[in-house]
Amino acid sequence: MQETVKKLTPEPEYKIIGTRPQRPDGVDKVTGRARFGADHNLPGQLTGLVLRSPHPHANIRSIDVSAAMALPGVKAIVTRDDFKDQGSEFVPAGEMLINYRDVVRNVMARERALYEGHAVAAVAALSPSIAKAALKLIKVDYEILPHVLDVDEAMAPGAPILHPGMITAGMDPAPKRESNVAKRVEFALGDVAKGFAAADVIVERHFETKSVHQGYIEPHACLATVAEDGQADIWVSTQGHWIVRAHCARLLGMDISKIRVTATEIGGGFGGKTVVYLEPLALALSRKAGKPVKMTMSRDEVFRATGPTSGAKMRIKIGATKDGRIVACDGELKYLAGAFQGSPVAPGCMCAFAPYDVDHVKIVGYDVVSNRPKVAAYRAPGGPISGYAVESVIDELASKLKLDPIAFRLKNAARQGTKAAYGPKFGPVGLVESLQAAQSHDHWKAPLKVNQGRGIAAGFWFNIGGETTVSIALNEDGTLVLMAGTPDIGGLRASLCMMAAEELGIGMDAIRVTIADTQSLGYNFLTGGSRSTFSSGMGVVEASRSIVKQVCERAAKLWELPTDAIEYVDGSVRPAGANAGKHPPMTLKQVAAMAGKTGGPIVGSSSINAHGAAPSFGVHLCDVEVDPETGRTTIIRYTVIQDAGRAIHPAYVEGQYQGGAVQGIGWALNEEYVYGTDGKLQNAGFLDYRIPVASDLPMIDTVIVEVPNPAHPYGVRGIGETPIVPPMGAIANAITHATGLRFQSLPMSPPKVLAAIDAARAVGDVNFKLKVA
Amino acid sequence: MAQVTLIGNLRQFTGGETVLSVDAKNVRQLFAKLGALHPALAPHLEQGLAVAIDGQIYQDALFQEIGPDADVHILPQIAGG
Repeated sequence: MQETVKKLTPEPEYKIIGTRPQRPDGVDKVTGRARFGADHNLPGQLTGLVLRSPHPHANIRSIDVSAAMALPGVKAIVTRDDFKDQGSEFVPAGEMLINYRDVVRNVMARERALYEGHAVAAVAALSPSIAKAALKLIKVDYEILPHVLDVDEAMAPGAPILHPGMITAGMDPAPKRESNVAKRVEFALGDVAKGFAAADVIVERHFETKSVHQGYIEPHACLATVAEDGQADIWVSTQGHWIVRAHCARLLGMDISKIRVTATEIGGGFGGKTVVYLEPLALALSRKAGKPVKMTMSRDEVFRATGPTSGAKMRIKIGATKDGRIVACDGELKYLAGAFQGSPVAPGCMCAFAPYDVDHVKIVGYDVVSNRPKVAAYRAPGGPISGYAVESVIDELASKLKLDPIAFRLKNAARQGTKAAYGPKFGPVGLVESLQAAQSHDHWKAPLKVNQGRGIAAGFWFNIGGETTVSIALNEDGTLVLMAGTPDIGGLRASLCMMAAEELGIGMDAIRVTIADTQSLGYNFLTGGSRSTFSSGMGVVEASRSIVKQVCERAAKLWELPTDAIEYVDGSVRPAGANAGKHPPMTLKQVAAMAGKTGGPIVGSSSINAHGAAPSFGVHLCDVEVDPETGRTTIIRYTVIQDAGRAIHPAYVEGQYQGGAVQGIGWALNEEYVYGTDGKLQNAGFLDYRIPVASDLPMIDTVIVEVPNPAHPYGVRGIGETPIVPPMGAIANAITHATGLRFQSLPMSPPKVLAAIDAARAVGDVNFKLKVA
Repeated sequence: MAQVTLIGNLRQFTGGETVLSVDAKNVRQLFAKLGALHPALAPHLEQGLAVAIDGQIYQDALFQEIGPDADVHILPQIAGG
């Protein structure tokens, strides 16, 4: 049987870390008891609905809500006039720097509607039918403007301008004319001209990817209520409730302390629930109506009005010597940001060549606005897009050099001490180990049949730490309540529980983990950047060690010994040596029972800005079969190999690997936003926007490589984002090896593949190798 | 002195200079000294940047120690999804 966890350092003797206990959130989820965003209700609540622009680009001359307000049952309507305008100010709140000028315009259109689906007004009414009827009575006077959707067209002189006066940042000298290019970024290392001069083989290709949605199954939903004294509560499906609180306070001019946000159970986020859409509207409606307001998006709204990730056009050029050494990399990335600036083009640039040790690198990126919904983060934002292009060129180079693609990557792989293409040197990283695991995996050696091909690709993500608060309270019966503030979207509660149990030497059953609301715990940055198990885990270890220290102090008091004469072992305190006296061990339960009499409640807490996050590299192997008559690609085998640092709960890690691969398979083969010439989205639903389903997929095999992160007490790296970086490259390379044709545009959907097959047949392409049975 | 490399667009605020030697004991001092050397850079140091010290990336860590011969890179902050 293939090894599924590769431990590359001596394994400490953990009792719980690395085991696979039952998931603490599992029972509620499979029985339907878990309460997601739309499962929260309050007596007397109103239904909130949003009126959305039918036009991709239009001035809003006027909005008349008088007829709608007169409709019986309508309790409140909000428009742009209910939100104070915000100046252009970038602040670090949320997934990355945001500009509140844009946030206030995205939650509710002001001067212009900038995409089809842009919110223009919101209604709260006694029932959904009344709210729906009210929307029809709102009169909006639009002046329709020409729209632009394509990145090249948006960058071209004479393109319709979305934000008059926008001058491209990052240019020296600054351009004199306004444009849709919000920003230019450049990352450079060495001298690319010199590097290419030393190359024996150079491959330069252009690529295109389409906008794709995060595809979380649970639509955005929230319930908000504002009391007469201005105290507000929000229950919301989010990746960061402290972020929701910050945005709502800012947009509504409220004190942060007056808003309590509770993160509900979440049915997927993948980065898309790191921003606000409905929450400020529900709060504003509730404040106006004096009643709770519940808002839930339809799937159609999720597609039209919430962040997909960028579509992009790219040029990638890589040169290598004939012995297989990469000597220069050059690239240009143009990412669609949607209606407001802020595409992930900078991390796309920084990730692009990160897996490789190259002396000469230059990559330039452009952040381009267009009449599409504003993009939001999507797992490893920016990385999968550039990774697809780079890994395709790497594969072509390996072919031209007649080198094994793993051997080629191994020869150039980033390792400890490699200067990353984005500047700093890597610490201990596991790319070489992951490539070696791929090389020795039976998948890599398995025979292929006719019309089948195998691809490989590598991927990278930085991972982050950030502000984190954790609290652990020892109950009077010896059980513990652990409160964390990072919403659990991928097994966080289980992992935190395991780390606390390991530290405290007790069973997991004694610890109940709760995701606390914003009034119950200090500040927490959101769940994103693959940070929650890393950062909250650090906090849990610190809080647990504080509990141990306090328990030792209590025993020391009882036994009249100095604290350093007490040791804590396996959930009990005992004298540390023969000279410390003959006291029988006291269990955590016994110390807890005495807590009131020995000094009061025992609570351990941790408030940190977690540093020491370490990157994670992954390698994916993929086998496909391409139908020569329909162009349909079937994934017949798929293996994810990735460095986790240390897998706290391997089953959750495997789940993250599998989920990333599946989302990448959708991105590679089918998913895309399809627009008509009218600028309207044509496939705003899962019937026409095709995400993979179980019957489309083989079992996704996984190998967890463990190169521990020395900066974390248990060696944890973030692992949630890297798995979506390699799939598009791996699948594209597999299709190339099956067909003899290279696809430089995603998705590689059946019509596109069939058209390429037909074209190859028509010209007698000598590389074409599919055979009809 | 620490060797400081500016990554990305920051060079446009330093007249093209990307590698500087700076005597700073922590990130706060580093930012203060860089801002004094290149006033146009100062507002951009206040937020949105990360500092890598000997390969380890720190975000929002004003008091993080910088060794006398540290290899420092200033780069865009990283987030994620």
